[in-house]
Amino acid sequence: MALIIRRRKPTDEDDSSLLRQEEEEEEVKRGNSRRRIKVKNYSCLDNCCWLIGCICTVWWLLLFLYNTMPASFPQYMTEKITGPLPDPPGVKCVKEGLEAKHPVVFVPGIVTGGLELWEGHECAEGLFRKRLWGGTFGEVYKRPSCWLQHMSLHNETGLDPSGIRIRPVSGLVAADYFAPGYFVWAVLIANLARVGYEEKNMYMAAYDWRLSFQNTEVRDQTLSRIKSNIELMVQVNGGQKAVIIPHSMGVLYFLHFMKWVEAPVPMGGGGGSDWCAKHIKAVMNIGGPLLGAPKALAGLFSAEAKDVAFARGMAPGVLDSDVFHIQTLQHIMRMSRTWDSTMSMIPKGGETIWGGLDWAPEEGGYVPNNILNITTSPHSHNHSDIYDHARDPNPNYGRFISFGRDAAESHSSQIQRIDFRGALKGSNSANRTCREVWTEYHDMGSGGIKAIAGYKTYTADDVVDMLEFVAPKMMKRGNAHFSHGLADNLDDPKYAHYRYWSNALETKLPNAPDMEIYSMYGVGIPTERAYVYKLTRASECYIPFQIDTTAGHANPHVCLKDGVYTVDGDETVPALSAGFMCAKGWRGKTRFNPSGIKTYVREYNHNPPSNFLEGRGTESGAHVDILGNFQLIEDVIRVAAGEEVGGDRVSTDIFKWSEKINLKL
Amino acid sequence: MVLRFRKLYFTEPTLSKSYESYETPKDEKKQATEKPKAEKKQEKGERNKKRIRWGCVNSCCWFIGCMCTTWWLLLFLYHCLPANLGVLKGPEPPGVRLKNEGLTALHPVVLVPGMVTVGLELWEGRPCSQGFFRKRLWGGSFTGILNRPLCWLEHLSLDKETGLDPPGIRVRPVPGLVAADYFAPGYFVWAVLIENLASIGYEGKNMYMATYDWRLSFQNTEIRDQTLSRLKANIELMYVTNGNKKVVVVPHSMGVTYFLHFLKWVEAPPPMGGGGGPGWCDKYIKSIMNIGPAFLGIPRAVSSMLSAEGKDVALIRSMDPGFLDSEILGLKTMEHMMRVIRTWDSVISLLPKGGDPIWGDLDSAPEEGHVCGFETKGFFQSNSRENNDSRNKDTRPRIEIKHGAKYGRMISFGKEASEQHSSKLHKVAPMELMQAVSNATCGEVWTEYGKINRQNIQKLADNKAYTAETFIDLLRYVAPKTMQRAEAHFSHGIATDLDDPKYGHYKYWSNPLETKLPYAPDMEIYSLYGVGLPTERSYVYKLSPSDKCDSIPFRIDSSAEGGCLRGGVYFTDGDECVPVISAGFMCAKGWRGKTRFNPSGIATYIREYQHSPPSLLEGRGLKSGHHVDIMGNAALIEDVLRVAAGASGEEIGGDKIYSDILRMSDRVNIEL
Repeated sequence: MALIIRRRKPTDEDDSSLLRQEEEEEEVKRGNSRRRIKVKNYSCLDNCCWLIGCICTVWWLLLFLYNTMPASFPQYMTEKITGPLPDPPGVKCVKEGLEAKHPVVFVPGIVTGGLELWEGHECAEGLFRKRLWGGTFGEVYKRPSCWLQHMSLHNETGLDPSGIRIRPVSGLVAADYFAPGYFVWAVLIANLARVGYEEKNMYMAAYDWRLSFQNTEVRDQTLSRIKSNIELMVQVNGGQKAVIIPHSMGVLYFLHFMKWVEAPVPMGGGGGSDWCAKHIKAVMNIGGPLLGAPKALAGLFSAEAKDVAFARGMAPGVLDSDVFHIQTLQHIMRMSRTWDSTMSMIPKGGETIWGGLDWAPEEGGYVPNNILNITTSPHSHNHSDIYDHARDPNPNYGRFISFGRDAAESHSSQIQRIDFRGALKGSNSANRTCREVWTEYHDMGSGGIKAIAGYKTYTADDVVDMLEFVAPKMMKRGNAHFSHGLADNLDDPKYAHYRYWSNALETKLPNAPDMEIYSMYGVGIPTERAYVYKLTRASECYIPFQIDTTAGHANPHVCLKDGVYTVDGDETVPALSAGFMCAKGWRGKTRFNPSGIKTYVREYNHNPPSNFLEGRGTESGAHVDILGNFQLIEDVIRVAAGEEVGGDRVSTDIFKWSEKINLKL
Repeated sequence: MVLRFRKLYFTEPTLSKSYESYETPKDEKKQATEKPKAEKKQEKGERNKKRIRWGCVNSCCWFIGCMCTTWWLLLFLYHCLPANLGVLKGPEPPGVRLKNEGLTALHPVVLVPGMVTVGLELWEGRPCSQGFFRKRLWGGSFTGILNRPLCWLEHLSLDKETGLDPPGIRVRPVPGLVAADYFAPGYFVWAVLIENLASIGYEGKNMYMATYDWRLSFQNTEIRDQTLSRLKANIELMYVTNGNKKVVVVPHSMGVTYFLHFLKWVEAPPPMGGGGGPGWCDKYIKSIMNIGPAFLGIPRAVSSMLSAEGKDVALIRSMDPGFLDSEILGLKTMEHMMRVIRTWDSVISLLPKGGDPIWGDLDSAPEEGHVCGFETKGFFQSNSRENNDSRNKDTRPRIEIKHGAKYGRMISFGKEASEQHSSKLHKVAPMELMQAVSNATCGEVWTEYGKINRQNIQKLADNKAYTAETFIDLLRYVAPKTMQRAEAHFSHGIATDLDDPKYGHYKYWSNPLETKLPYAPDMEIYSLYGVGLPTERSYVYKLSPSDKCDSIPFRIDSSAEGGCLRGGVYFTDGDECVPVISAGFMCAKGWRGKTRFNPSGIATYIREYQHSPPSLLEGRGLKSGHHVDIMGNAALIEDVLRVAAGASGEEIGGDKIYSDILRMSDRVNIEL
């Protein structure tokens, strides 16, 4: 303030040495700008105010115009520019005479459901029933450590820490928009509403996606609530069975639900063995990681994925800066490792499904990085040739994690692996200083880290052991709730335990011959499948591993970019994981599907939005954006209205890949 | 304004400068005083020139800029403020106090909101409502009205024949706690209670907001939305998932009669009922804590049915007579309001029930002798009680006539008619009223008044006074279609023989005087309401001067004053909306002990909360007795929390009475 005032001093020639001195100082500081101000004779502050005033006025004017604008104007403009838009699927179906028939249940996935605060520590005052997750995320910026503290769960029980209650938002609002303007279910809801759906025949099965599935029942009785709501909707809609639409992790959650609801109390819901047959018409899985997602692996291992690794590669200092004591990734890792649900998405089925050191079901069917021209024809390499090369260009997708590019590309016979199991972890000298951001890496010394890196490559079978090695407490918690294996004998009584219920390869589908299961997912986007890792330079409080973003491949036919091998999928879930069960595992009468529930695979080829007016696109295949895909919405409406959608719709090699998987059915 | 600001601005530098550069005060002074005159002149000229250059627009911009910057700065500072600092800490909320006492959530809680407070959102609409999909039309910020009032009204009205959705429009209640926690931003309804419940451990799984479309008749909410089935399923679910603990139901305002309807519905056999069988209520419900219950209806519904106005509207009208009626602008606000309100069946459910035995006849009323304390803030209850005592002893009815208001006359035409003895009143036989309906049709605004011709209206006014019973006849005449529709769903009588099989019909279920309570001897019924606020009880009407087609022919005579009469409205004790007699009578007498309305002897309790206006910083008050604000009343919240945590009515202290409810109930002479 003082400076500003001084600048406005009268400029008389009165002699005062001090004054002049001051003026000279200012002269130096302000340079010529002062003179200009003098000439205009109103100061910088005035100018600023004037400018702000102008901007505000213009802003208000525009806002006013925007508000008075007829609501159809933007659409009109869009149509002027891009030509007539296709009818939204809801309108199209109304014109065909479709009407709401079966009640619809949405099961949102991980991350997309809102969470709100019901009880918190003092730092969260004033946030009662405000969203901590979803919405604007304002609190992350305002009080980050408080936010992290509240979002974390108890690291031994996997339930609420004492004194904190975070609960899922209920109702359609829980997941219609994730953040303002970023739709999740909203487009689908709007289109269903066109054919006559409303609250009474649409239900959002919101659950706390941080908890393990069984714990949502233990803590919130969420599964009971879903059961009761489905029963109610079926009853009030004249006995029409429900159509379930799970998305992403919701697919696994609903798989768990189907087993839970028929299991006897106290572990299950006591609905009896024909509950699903009585209440469910179809399960329309959207982008479901039925066999897990490699992305979850990277998240658990080093709290990063393609995007984070990319950010790290661009500006190595920002996320890791020791200087600022931010330790973002460590904080995120500590928080996300308390979430049991992330472990539900560790790749399941082991090497049988995901491939071993030298083979993978997807090999040969690559995705060019140019996503616009997708060719699904197999690569011209001959399989017998491939093994002749010491460093064959065909990526070894089976190796989920490799340390160094050499390890990722060499033939298995050339890799020296030292078993990490049973290796001494050593003790970390930095133990005490890292209390603040406790990830389990800080219990591990350099010996353990070396042992991990020494094993060189990890296949699907190895990664679970590896996670148990680096994060024993987390995995102990997780293993009580999830299993990642492959059942040899499904009649083994141990499979009655709830930890197997969300694993499609360790459960039988319910006895409901009239039910239908759809697998709907986007394809045509490179999706993370395997990673090249490196050791971080040693320093305190660090996550010792990170994706080696320098690993790329000059050969465009090899999908290695920034340390990540990609395959076809919807950017999060590889097509194999989303499609295999419906393409092979459950097709016909198999041991996983004893009653022969009909399965359909529906793939939606990704087509990026042609211009910015389309927003996130009506033909998108991306994991979340697919919920706005017109064709998918149309399929959903048709099924909900009791119509046929017309069998499989496949553009990838999912059937060929499934063939390669040698699984007893 | 701008100039003043600028002046301030220009004097500021020299002023503050002298403080700033305190090292050289002398120099500065010299500078200031010795400024040559010529230079000053020059400066002045320069300033003039500058002012021209600045111009008005620039000044405006500058001013707005200043305001904005200051605003942002304050906003920024406000956000920087640690959340728990700087706020004047009020008294500890009851929830926290009770938590420290060791109370924890025990019984699941069901909240049943009242009329108007539940948000409504659009699911399907006409083209004019584009962009409002799943946005609130009712509740929230009401942006809809401002942008497109007619469209808004069209979407809020129901079909005038069926009382259901008009074709092509689907407006549905918002589900969940958000539906009625805040009515508009910052105006809490249930939020305070929810927060206090949460602090003793309640959350989504043991708290359920039973929202319903409050425009529909109660049975229609089931027919259209299956709301009653949903409520039943949720109570059963909460009972099971909370370890077989019965629920505590907390209805408010019209929710009280809605839940009464539910109690009968749930035990009735399908298809009309929910098929829960007798004993359902006994199994699932611990207690019903009615807040501000409108058991026997509210007189305010009378005025809004007749002329779409209440005390507040009448006041506006008297302040600025032209504003609401201005036909020049073609607004016809009241007519539009009335048209919309008359399509809402639920309003009919609020008409006074029980007729003359409850609400009084032409010459007597249960409340008579009530002393209005308009002169002082609030009522001095102790005084009024003493007065009553003395009066009751020696000089009961006759002398009353001079002072006491004749509350029994719900509607009187002219102040005189409201005060005269009944023998002097001019009466018109009801048959005379039922005359031919004129064919005058006025399009556009459909209020049914357009179909009545002027002479008949005059005749209606000639009848001078209407009681609760004759008023229904009046309504049947002026709004035949509305009443025909609504009377299929509601009844306002009083039963002589409750075993008559006709009472199995759902139209009687929401009237406590025409139903038996369910068999549930362990259940408790509470009546929690505020007292100490003047509450509308009866009205003085006049004919409206306007002779225009389709205008509302009646209006409250806001010039009528005297005693309990203010602005054309007679007031009595209550919570500003529901008079004491309506809120308390059933629990004070109708259901107390084993009566024919309460065959299983369900325990009833009356808890009154004396209104005391909030101090400046309290917002809407911790001791408010106002119909809606009472939801923030600390004593009421404590009672609800204690019962939810397992206490019984006796444990929280039984009855707590400030008003004359017991004496009033004594005067009501009905067979029990």
